[in-house]
Amino acid sequence: MFQIIPERNELVVTKLIENFGTSIDQHEILADMLCVTVKKEVVAELLLFLRDDQELQYNFLTTLCGMHYPEKEQLGVVYHLHSFVHNHRIRIKTTTHLTNPNVPSATKVWPSANWMERETFDFFGIIFEGHPNLKRILNVEDMVDFPLRKEFPLEDQTREDKDDSLFGR
Amino acid sequence: MAPTLAETPEGISGQGFFATSMEKAVGLARKNSLWPLPFATSCCGIEFMATMGAHYDLARFGSERLSFSPRQSDLLMVMGTVAKKMGPVLREVYIQMAEPKWVIAVGACASSGGIFDTYSVLQGIDRIIPVDVYVPGCPPRPEQIIDGIIKIQELVGNESLRRRNSKEYQELMDQYNIE
Repeated sequence: MFQIIPERNELVVTKLIENFGTSIDQHEILADMLCVTVKKEVVAELLLFLRDDQELQYNFLTTLCGMHYPEKEQLGVVYHLHSFVHNHRIRIKTTTHLTNPNVPSATKVWPSANWMERETFDFFGIIFEGHPNLKRILNVEDMVDFPLRKEFPLEDQTREDKDDSLFGR
Repeated sequence: MAPTLAETPEGISGQGFFATSMEKAVGLARKNSLWPLPFATSCCGIEFMATMGAHYDLARFGSERLSFSPRQSDLLMVMGTVAKKMGPVLREVYIQMAEPKWVIAVGACASSGGIFDTYSVLQGIDRIIPVDVYVPGCPPRPEQIIDGIIKIQELVGNESLRRRNSKEYQELMDQYNIE
């Protein structure tokens, strides 16, 4: 079960600010979970620190996924971490500009990030630097778009039998 | 109730003999011994399992024997959503089947993409392989699948022996770029 442990949240924030200082943009409690926004340059180091620090031990990457903010022209990555030792979860977010969608890979920290990063690349076009095999994983290989970016129309564009007036358009 | 026998085709019968055309005899044999290849990808496949079960019992129509090798089957039954990534696999299965072969698209997804009007789903399998019979429904009940099989049987029974060598058939295959 997910536990809310305020002391743990504070410990994480203190430790991160102590070690990464100005690279921490923001920290807040969102939906009962600590959410730390960090600069992308330090994200791989920071994740490694969270994994290896004796007091923290966030040894499990629950999930990793992409975000797209069209109005800010930003792409982002969210990491959900879980410490089995302390039964505590946190979220790390990082953002990057649309024109430069590079984020350091977390595969060196957790090998399980491999497929998750491939999926994020597949759907958002975020390029993970240092990933050993960054290619599409779920979509057809010859696809050129990134379907979960907001501007991508989800409906199949090859259909000719749809009358827009019947769909309220 | 006595089992229903296949209907005798038109012909001349006398004492100890029965004569009919080759085409009708072959059609009769083919239509009552179809070997289906189930290509089940989602819930329509579950309905098909019910269709094969004791209650609906597709074996009554001569389709007792499911073939899980495309090389030994006559009827490709596509049941369920086919993702675009699955498309080439389905096409390969169709190509591996020996002539004569028939295809039935079971359910809304196989026929038209169904509710999955999205970039990742093939909007009907007839975009990659020719289809003989479409069964509507989401998913269709076993009765509807049986109705589709009966429609296929009508096609099979009445098909000319030369159809697969005809120009029209060749043109149909060319449309799909199938040799």
